[in-house]
Amino acid sequence: MRDFVWFIPLLPLASSVLLMIASSRLTRRSVALLGVGSVGLAAVLTGAVALEFLSDSTPVEVTLWTWMKIDSLAPRISFYIDGLTLVMMCVITGVGFLIHLFSSEFMQDDDSYARYFAYLNMFIAAMLILVLADNLLLLYLGWEGVGVCSYLLVGFWYRDSANGRAARKAFIVTRIGDTAMLIGLLLLLTELGTLNIRTLMQVASEQWSIGDSLPTIACLLLLGGAIGKSAQFPLHTWLPDAMAGPTPVSALIHAATMVTAGVYLIARTHDLFLLSPSAMHTVAFIGIATSLMAAGTALVQSDIKRILAYSTISQIGYMFLALGVGAWTAGVFHLMTHAFFKALLFLGSGAIIHCLHHEHNIFKMGGLRTRMPITFWSFLIGSAALAALPMTAGFFSKDLILLQAYQRPDFGPWLWGAGLLGALITAIYSFRLVFIVFFGDAKTEPDREIGWQMALPLTVLCALSIIGGYFSLPLADVFPLVNAEHPPHWVEIISISVPLLGVFLAYIGFYGQRPRIDSWTKTPLVQRVGQFLRSGWRLDEVFDRIAVKPYYNLANALQNEPIDRFYEAIVRLNQAIHRHLSATQSGRMRWYITSMMVGLIATLGVAMKIAPGAI
Amino acid sequence: MLEVVLFYIASAVALLATILAMTRANAIHALIYLIISLLAVAVIFFLIGAPFAAALEIVIYAGAIMVLFVFVIMMLNLGERGDARERQWLQPKIWFGPAILSAVLLAEIVYLMGTVQGPATVGIVTPKAVGLALFGPYVVAVELAAMLLLAGLVGSYHLGRRALERRH
Amino acid sequence: MQELVVPLNHVLLVSTLLFCIGMLGLMIRRNIIFILMSLEVMLNASALAFIAAGAHWGQPDGQVMFMLILSVAAAEVAVGLGLVLQVQRRFKTLDMDDADRMRG
Repeated sequence: MRDFVWFIPLLPLASSVLLMIASSRLTRRSVALLGVGSVGLAAVLTGAVALEFLSDSTPVEVTLWTWMKIDSLAPRISFYIDGLTLVMMCVITGVGFLIHLFSSEFMQDDDSYARYFAYLNMFIAAMLILVLADNLLLLYLGWEGVGVCSYLLVGFWYRDSANGRAARKAFIVTRIGDTAMLIGLLLLLTELGTLNIRTLMQVASEQWSIGDSLPTIACLLLLGGAIGKSAQFPLHTWLPDAMAGPTPVSALIHAATMVTAGVYLIARTHDLFLLSPSAMHTVAFIGIATSLMAAGTALVQSDIKRILAYSTISQIGYMFLALGVGAWTAGVFHLMTHAFFKALLFLGSGAIIHCLHHEHNIFKMGGLRTRMPITFWSFLIGSAALAALPMTAGFFSKDLILLQAYQRPDFGPWLWGAGLLGALITAIYSFRLVFIVFFGDAKTEPDREIGWQMALPLTVLCALSIIGGYFSLPLADVFPLVNAEHPPHWVEIISISVPLLGVFLAYIGFYGQRPRIDSWTKTPLVQRVGQFLRSGWRLDEVFDRIAVKPYYNLANALQNEPIDRFYEAIVRLNQAIHRHLSATQSGRMRWYITSMMVGLIATLGVAMKIAPGAI
Repeated sequence: MLEVVLFYIASAVALLATILAMTRANAIHALIYLIISLLAVAVIFFLIGAPFAAALEIVIYAGAIMVLFVFVIMMLNLGERGDARERQWLQPKIWFGPAILSAVLLAEIVYLMGTVQGPATVGIVTPKAVGLALFGPYVVAVELAAMLLLAGLVGSYHLGRRALERRH
Repeated sequence: MQELVVPLNHVLLVSTLLFCIGMLGLMIRRNIIFILMSLEVMLNASALAFIAAGAHWGQPDGQVMFMLILSVAAAEVAVGLGLVLQVQRRFKTLDMDDADRMRG
């Protein structure tokens, strides 16, 4: 069974290629069958591999062929499966399958049905290659592959130029991180002579000692790639704009899988990060800062998908915090639970958008509790998990992160406090969303019911969002053990009670006919702060000023081709000389005779001067 | 003494006739001045001891070659209109620049001749001596001249024949 | 008393003057007939220089060169006048400024 693990990425890839080639000859039904079925089959195979792994948890390595051979660099197309990979695969194929199923209904009216599934399948294939890769180069292939698919899917409705702009932004901003990551890979290759992940980790531990500058540089470069892909400060600005794509795409790529690739990368190379405490601190601080920042922004957004996007950024910030404090298992655990409940929330919002004529503004929704019960319940469960209310999946993972952060010897309690603040804001904004969208007066009536293809994924994800917290991940062999010392009880109690407080605050503020918060938000200071938060802390403006505008100015300057001017001048000089010289070829005999005469006189004159006696 | 006077008269006639020939509007008039110039040069030849050359100058240059010119001019039948146009072309501004150039060339050559000394002639070079030289050391040049004349003959025949054919 | 003779200088001066006049004619005239005449004048001037030099040394070579120049002039005139006829036929004019097809 395990030897056929390469079949798992091949299935969606083959389906994608088939859909691209034969899209015009397939009916919608067969497109859906192919697109959803291939991922479903991959999910089944993944499940089988997982079951086998539970009974025999030795890592598997499957080498297909040597990709290329350049001197000592010989990366192979080779897959490596351990607990971490398996968790990622389960999330990708499982959640991916549910989202595919959801998409088959969500996109049913779209003209480019086959194109959509081709991209989506290709994304699954690339993501699987990313997590299955046993060397960093193959990982990078998958890494770029998901980037391309993200670009294609964000700009899926390319007829609106704003979507194209969002897609370009997503691609270019992540490219900045990718470039850093590529430099990091090359640094590792030249310093350690290999890109195979396990060998690399082993050699790194042997050659470098803790606190060396080289591992720090390498880690920071890899971190650059991770923060680009995982939308962490300061490269997070692309994610809210990436919501221009279809909602299931946001659920799959920009919530559950691709944006967690950075977390996976750091978890995968954790041995390297352990060599550099300063890089770990950087990861933790970036994580907590992003988390708070994005949570603050999510609090004031009015577009349902942008709220969820900022929420995603914030939650990935928690994962980074976990990685930064060495709570690897907690980070990956939160990655998985987040994939469940965030996919659920996105799909829920997709259902709302689908039924409400593509309405995104939450203030134009309301009262949907009775009109869309399935969506309401899934949204409620998703929000509870997001807010980390007790007994939900999010509670277990986030609690684990916060407790382990608290145990950090140096500034653990500070990180814990900041994380708690983030959790409080998270609870407020997630239930603000619930109260505004599902309670109160109905402002827009849904025009259709959701079908089983939408209801089934919602239901399954609801279940996963609740029971996901009880899963025990087979990560014991992958990550080093962390100290199991238990923090004081009051810490745990506060951790549990803060989200409840948040929900209560949201209830006070946003529940009811006239949200009580209205009177308070009228003050100019609050308005200004709200404006500042809504714009995403004005980071877009800052980037615009320091990077985009200068670049455009440079491009405009270069558009006039200043360097060509020089060559044009040479050309024009030659043309002028040619004009004048060809004017001497007048075709007139008298002119030629006169020129000969001048030449004769000049020659005689020169001869007289140079050699007077010779003539 | 007489020879010297004759030389200067002949030179003056040659120069004057040449200048007039170069400035006439009517081709026939110019041609007659040119013949006068050639005859005057023939006199100079005679005076400086080259009687054979003088005879050839008269017979071939003034006779045969100039007659060719006359024939062609008559064939072209230029007429009064051509004269008017020639006069129009001979504006001062046309020949001002060339005149300066010619003067400069003249000055240069005269300057170069400054060192030449001695009489123009030391006696008569007889036709016999010329003939001996021609068919002695210069025989190859004579052959070449013969070829050149043949080529001229063929060329002029070819050019003139096609012109006549097209005209009819 | 030494006999008064013509100095070589003067003969050569006449020759040079003739040459320059011919050159001047070549430059100012546009009619091809006059151009050919100017060429004749120039050839004749150089012939005079050769004769004078030959006479100065009492050698026949000057006259030999004169005869060669004569044959060149004859051939040139024959071909040149043939060309005159062609020019007249093709361009309907003898103005060489109009025959400027080789203009670059």
